Amino acid sequence: MQPVTEQPQLLEIRGLTKGFPGVQALDHVDFTLHAGEIHGLLGENGAGKSTLIKVLTGVLRRDAGIIRLEGQEVTARDTADALSLGIGTVYQEVNLLPNLSVAENLFIGRQPHRFGLVRTREMRRRASELLAGYGLDIDVANPLSSYSVAIQQIIAIARAVDLSAKVLILDEPTASLDAQEVETLFGILRRLKSRGIGIVFVTHFLDQVYAVCDRITVLRNGRLVGSRPIAELPRIELVSMMLGRELAAEALHRNQRPAVTGEPLVAFRNYGKSRLLEPFDLALRPGEVVGLAGLLGSGRTETAKLVFGIERADSGQAFVDGRPVRLATPRDAARLRFGFTPEDRKTEGIVAELSVRENIILALQAQRGWLHKIPTTKQDEIASRFIKLLDIRTPDAEKPIGLLSGGNQQKALLARWLATEPRFLILDEPTRGIDVGAHAEIIRLIERLCEDGLALLVISSELEEIASYSDRVVVLRDRRHVRELSGDEVSADTIMTTIASHS
Amino acid sequence: MIRRHLPVLITLAVFIVGYLICLAQFPNFASTRVIGNLLTDNAFLGIVAVGMTFVILSGGIDLSVGSVIAFTGVFLAVAIERYNLNPYLAFILILGLAALFGAGMGFLIHAFQIPAFIVTLAGMFLARGLCFVLTTDSIPINAPAYGQITDIAFALPGGGRLTIIAIVMLVTFAAGVVLAHFTRFGANVYALGGNRTSAELMGIPVGKTTVRIYMLSSLLAALAGIVFSFYTSAGYSLAATGVELDTIAAVVIGGTLLTGGYGTIIGTLVGVLIQGLIQTYITFEGTLSSWWTKIAIGALLFAFIVLQRGLSAASVRSRSN
Repeated sequence: MQPVTEQPQLLEIRGLTKGFPGVQALDHVDFTLHAGEIHGLLGENGAGKSTLIKVLTGVLRRDAGIIRLEGQEVTARDTADALSLGIGTVYQEVNLLPNLSVAENLFIGRQPHRFGLVRTREMRRRASELLAGYGLDIDVANPLSSYSVAIQQIIAIARAVDLSAKVLILDEPTASLDAQEVETLFGILRRLKSRGIGIVFVTHFLDQVYAVCDRITVLRNGRLVGSRPIAELPRIELVSMMLGRELAAEALHRNQRPAVTGEPLVAFRNYGKSRLLEPFDLALRPGEVVGLAGLLGSGRTETAKLVFGIERADSGQAFVDGRPVRLATPRDAARLRFGFTPEDRKTEGIVAELSVRENIILALQAQRGWLHKIPTTKQDEIASRFIKLLDIRTPDAEKPIGLLSGGNQQKALLARWLATEPRFLILDEPTRGIDVGAHAEIIRLIERLCEDGLALLVISSELEEIASYSDRVVVLRDRRHVRELSGDEVSADTIMTTIASHS
Repeated sequence: MIRRHLPVLITLAVFIVGYLICLAQFPNFASTRVIGNLLTDNAFLGIVAVGMTFVILSGGIDLSVGSVIAFTGVFLAVAIERYNLNPYLAFILILGLAALFGAGMGFLIHAFQIPAFIVTLAGMFLARGLCFVLTTDSIPINAPAYGQITDIAFALPGGGRLTIIAIVMLVTFAAGVVLAHFTRFGANVYALGGNRTSAELMGIPVGKTTVRIYMLSSLLAALAGIVFSFYTSAGYSLAATGVELDTIAAVVIGGTLLTGGYGTIIGTLVGVLIQGLIQTYITFEGTLSSWWTKIAIGALLFAFIVLQRGLSAASVRSRSN
């Protein structure tokens, strides 16, 4: 590995400070990016990573501090300005335009033109050429939305690099990619690095940090914890830098619990929907955690949607307490005391404008009907109980939930369903986009919940994690439940081999 | 490719089927006279609809266009008949005024992040109110220039006339197509309708584009008002009430998604022609009340909105597959 520190300094941040009402988001943070380095920016939720990026890209104004790009002091007024300075950003949710063609997405605002008219053919030719450099051979005339998130991500990177080509910021680009797509992305990053581009890489996945980063900088509570070359940083030390506490043991230790016995609480026989998911059998006993594992698009989320009545099954029958039940809508599911926290918090879960309290009581209120308003004192009591119970970090219950960090939003969502005292809870990617600390807390919560007799169905892409808390793991492949692992079979390795076999 | 243009193709199919039905019942529909009149009678609607298509493509709405048409008529009548202004000068004045008016609305929408619905609703009342400030009467326009302009027409084989009014509409559509599909402005309009936040993050001049979109809409509404005044040879404060809704209907029937981002200018032309076709049919039929036009348009609108829903749901499904 080349000693990256000998490369010239590309971006230098000194004493960056930014405060919001009630929170010091950044407190005298220093950050140095060298040319030709991939620099991991790590930290728990609320550590200040997003704020740092927003200040850098001109979305937010800094209170104090200096930003130097190639030795010149710079201040980006807005994202367009940041781009023209040479700082390009690619966000987790691809911020491109789904309705425009790939070529237009790459060249909007700078389309080649003659006499005021866009030279579409020339633009498409250049777009194809540009993407060929990233190993993409696609029809650039098609709308962006016709391609997968991974391809959209690459297009976003190609655009950002083509526009500025000095500093590239990637804000959790791998969150919705599968392993192979991540590898492709990393290949591209390494190539860009060799061209001398400085890359800031924000991620939650430690494996990825070790796979691709040269250096890491860790932030915690708006302060700089440290900046280190990754090669000489043991994993446990990195985690402790992020968490600020020595991780007692492996957080992901498989808990040995006695096997749950008894009659199933919920059962699905031959349950399925054509074109969505092959019929499957699934049964959960009270106090049992069943994990759903598989690659993206293997049918995990589809299973959850069927089981919660979001998609209507066209074959099979659902049973609760051994009796057949009607499960055609989420309303039916809620009436049966099912709960569901969806994968996409932002669009399907939280109501960002409502307060933490209102978000928490939402499902309970809906269950009681809007005519039976929960008394305010009772609402306050429920909200404060769950805020304490789940350790939701918010100044008060009346803060709009959109202002909380992802992990805390996730906990509030969990609280929403727990408030309804469910018997069966479905968690779709409960730890996605959440930092390591909150990860462990959510896992502990999951374990505590099933001790209370709740049946839990958990979807996760993190195999270690799913293996640690599941009594049984259903492995999916190509929209089919292919195998159910139980007892000692439940391990990340077995899950992996099951997913990989025959495919 | 086919999938992308499906809404327009369906609109076109509806028009062709409708035309064939009319033709089967009234062979006169084949005459160039009917076709010429179809274009002339719907010229003003077509011109506003071009502007409205841009607005809706960008994810907005413009409710003020009907009032702007009425104001244009009243302004022209007052300026030409009472103040003896040269009609051409009056045209330039009103186009300039309308552009300012639209730019103002666009500015309010962008600068204060007020929904377009509210701003243009206010604009609608404002323009309509200003009509009554100028006059409460219907003022006939007798300027000789008017007669001369309306007389310009190309004779079509078979006795039909392609009037200057119809030509203005067709030219407006052609210009609209070029603007929407072959300029940076056009791409920016689609971008705004696709996702405003993304558009902003990608460095698209959202504010400038918004101002221009509403400016264009009001400008074309004024142009439609001028055309409308040729057509009626009068200015009347209560003219063109509800035209904004007819226009929105034409745009949606033309395959433009009401939520923005997807649609074409050509589709809007077909949407306008479908409305005209229904009207012509009812005139030919003779026994039906003209209100059946509204009922038919209502039914079509329903059908098209359901269709759009279905199509977008299908495309979401095909992506997740």
